[in-house]
This record gives sequence, structure tokens and C-alpha cells, in this order.
Amino acid sequence: MEEYSEKVMEHFRNPRNVGEIENPSGRGKVGNPVCGDIMELYIKVDENDVITDAKFKTFGCGAAIASSSILTELVKGKTVEEARKISNKAVVEALGGLPKVKLHCSVLAEEALEKAIEDYYSKKKAS
Amino acid sequence: MRKVYLDANATTKVHPEVVKTMLPFFDQIYGNASSVHAFGRAAKKHLEESRAKVAALIKADSSDEIVFTSGGTESDNLAIKGAAFALKSKGNHIITSSVEHLAVLNTCKYLEKQGFRVTYLGVDEYGIINLDELKKSITTDTILITVMAANNETGTIMPVEEIGGIAKEKGITFHTDAVQYIGKGPFDVKKCGAHLVSISAHKINGPKGVGALYIKKGQKLEPTQQGGHHEKGRRAGTENVPGIVGLGKACEIALKEGEQNYAKIKNLKDKLFKRITSEIKQTKLNGHPEKCLPNTLNVSFNYLEGESIILSLDLEGIAVSTGSACTSGSLEPSHVLKSMGVDPLFAQGSVRFSLQIFNTDEDIDYVMEKLPPIIERLRKMSPVYKEE
Repeated sequence: MEEYSEKVMEHFRNPRNVGEIENPSGRGKVGNPVCGDIMELYIKVDENDVITDAKFKTFGCGAAIASSSILTELVKGKTVEEARKISNKAVVEALGGLPKVKLHCSVLAEEALEKAIEDYYSKKKAS
Repeated sequence: MRKVYLDANATTKVHPEVVKTMLPFFDQIYGNASSVHAFGRAAKKHLEESRAKVAALIKADSSDEIVFTSGGTESDNLAIKGAAFALKSKGNHIITSSVEHLAVLNTCKYLEKQGFRVTYLGVDEYGIINLDELKKSITTDTILITVMAANNETGTIMPVEEIGGIAKEKGITFHTDAVQYIGKGPFDVKKCGAHLVSISAHKINGPKGVGALYIKKGQKLEPTQQGGHHEKGRRAGTENVPGIVGLGKACEIALKEGEQNYAKIKNLKDKLFKRITSEIKQTKLNGHPEKCLPNTLNVSFNYLEGESIILSLDLEGIAVSTGSACTSGSLEPSHVLKSMGVDPLFAQGSVRFSLQIFNTDEDIDYVMEKLPPIIERLRKMSPVYKEE
């Protein structure tokens, strides 16, 4: 099996922001058990549209856990519009690379973020 | 940091006696076993002695029935393709199980492309085929039945004697991939009724790159490798004498000490299982609780993914494996667990602990020191874990 980078292992051993947010501003759940990856991302957004908090829970391999962990670090402090631009490539870069066969984990992280932002906007619209 | 190796079904440590036995064959007794001169004859003598040792382990009638190969995969290829092509004038139907090793499954898929028809028998929740279903799937075109003796992922043992009986009754060639079974339990090839049996050295504390195929006297088989007339025309290629001598020694040790070694290992396995089920919640055994290899324990840790568990164990120096999609290289979870009907969510969390004869009580204690906190940590991270 292709080796994980040091950054990936660091995030696997000490994942950042594990957990849930009660009454999140946005929540995105993606993946399914057949693929072996399920990610749940929670974001808290303030009145200036800035993401003040992000938490995750992941059922998945080392790359999946590391991808969601680093994603929460990448989005915190950004505006929702800035965060929206975060691609799976940014996740991979921030992790110092992922084995080819694990790139889909970074894609899933991007999708979780998309869904959380979608949820935020639809909640905002409704209120 | 303590290192604990519990991945014997992937490969085993070569027994120190085996290493010792092999060494002279690299730079002292190094002749080509087919050569006429004294260097060759010396190599040949040891080659044939090793052949007898392999035959003795499986209680074959004659050493002539043992052909050396490069390992289990080649033995499977030789057995299945060899029988299929040799018997194709009699029929083109092959029966196998859906839980075979890829060396068998992919050989069957290859044969389908060559015009053979293959039936992949389903298995029950323990991973065992249904003998009635086997009988029903036999046709006048059936030329080969290939079913493994024991499964590499779950350790579940198939009813090979009964399958052999059915094959004999119908006059069909029966091959069994016994790579995980040989050496771990009693095996009498005549009682089992198999015409072809695959054996691998590195699963029984022998070296990698060498194995054998038992070919019952009179069994028609087309060679898969063309070249010189080695192995009485059955398998071309200069014999890997050091490897073969290693295989022979491994078989000798297995015959002499296998029973007590594996009784000890079974106790360790049982202890591990007992502790896992009493100290960790929501686990499930994958495979038959009794009809199982003495060294193999496949457990699902519900609501978790396998690679994250084995990676965490690896960080503590513990080596195991998993049937999760993430490690199969294909994004598909274990075909074995799938065939057993295991829910994909729980199949992903399967961990295979496979012990070897060198494991100790202390190894098990160490694993149980590290495993529960790992499971707890990962469950806190899991979006699908529900406390019961």
C-alpha cells in the first residue's frame, strides 16, 4: 500500500475539531457504507458570513479522517463564499499529497463542504 | 515499542530451522538439479527428499504426485487451467465458490473468456457452500469442481471430504486450494478425495516464491508453462532448490509439531476472541465459530472502517489486516463478506487477526491493551455509531 504523508498521519493521530455542533448553521453528510466513507461536516457561521467554527465526524480510512480534519482547519475564519472555493485539490495540497487510490477521500470532503454550505444558504433563505 | 505480528494468513515468518536448512543451497549445493554432474546430482537428491516431505504431510501415495511451483497462485492456475484445457473435449463447465481466493476466481474469469462456463456457488452466513446446491449445479458438461479447503479471510473450513465424495460419484475432477489449510490441521488427500491440491510454502513458515501442486496419479493436466522437461513434463523451469528445500523442511516441521503448535495457537485465538467480545461492545464474528482454522479470527467492529483500525494498530506495532474497501485497492469491500451477506456497513469494519506459531500470550495481552482505546477513539469520530 502506498504510504501516507506525515501530514496525513499527523491528522489521523490527532484529528482537529472532531464532534458535532448543536444547532449548526450548516450541516453536510455525504458518502455511503458500500464505498466505505461517510463524512459529516458541521459549520457555525456568524452575521458577517464568517465561519467561526467547524466540526466533523467521519467513518472512513486514514485518508478520509485526515481529509475531513484538515478541511475543518481550512474553512475556519473564512467567509462562506471564500470557503466555497476550496476544492479537493486544496485539501490534497494541504495534506502534502494523497495516494492516487485515496484521492476520492478529498473529493468527498469537498462534497461535504458543498452540502454544508448549501444547507446554510437554504436555512438562511428560509429564515 | 513491542511488535506483534498477527497477519499470518498474508505471510509467515520463516522458521529458523527452515532458514538454516536452506542456506547451503545458495552457495554450496547450488547445481542445477537437471545436470548430469555431481553438482547437479547433489541438488537433485535434496530436491527429491523434499518432494517426499511434502507428500508425507498430505499423506499422498507417492512423491511423484507432488509438482513444485512458484507458489499458491501458480498452483491454482496450473490446477484449474491445466484441468480445464486437458478435459475440454469432455465438457466446458466448471463449478467453484464465490469466496475463493482471487487466484482461483480470476483464473475462472479468464477461462470464461476462453469459452468455459463457470458456476460460482453462493455461501451461507458462515461462508460455507451448500452441498445440495453443488449437486444440483452438476451437469453432463461439468469437468472440474474447485473449492478451497479453508478461507483466507475468515478461516472458515469447507466440507472438502463431502465435496470430494460428490466429485468421485460423478467422476468429476476436484481441485482444492488448500493453501491456508495445509499444516494447520490434519489432511489426508486420499480421504478428502481431491485430484489436485494447492500448497504454499510461505503460509507455513516456509519461504515465499515456492509452492506445490498435488496431482493425483492419472489426472490429466495441461502444463501452463512451456519449456524444459522438468517435473516429468508437468512444470517447466529450473527448480528453485533452496526454496523447495525450505518448503520440504517446513512440511516436515508441520508434520512433526503442527498439532501441538496449532493447539496452542487456537487457545491464544480463543483467548483473544473472548477478551474482544467481553471488553468491546458491538462486535460480530465473521465466519463459523467452530469450523474454522485454529489461527484465524475475523471480527467486525461495528460502525467503524477497517483501515482506520489497522492503521491505528500499526502505530502501536501490531500487524493485522482488513476486508474493507479502502485496502482492497479496488474500492470494493471483501467479496467474501459480501457473499456471506454481511451488511456493508459492518463488513467495512472487519479486522482479520491471523496468528502464527510464534505468537505468545503476551502478544495477546498487548493487543488487548491497545485495541479497546483505539475502538473507543474511532467510535467517538464515527457519524454512524449508536450506543446501544
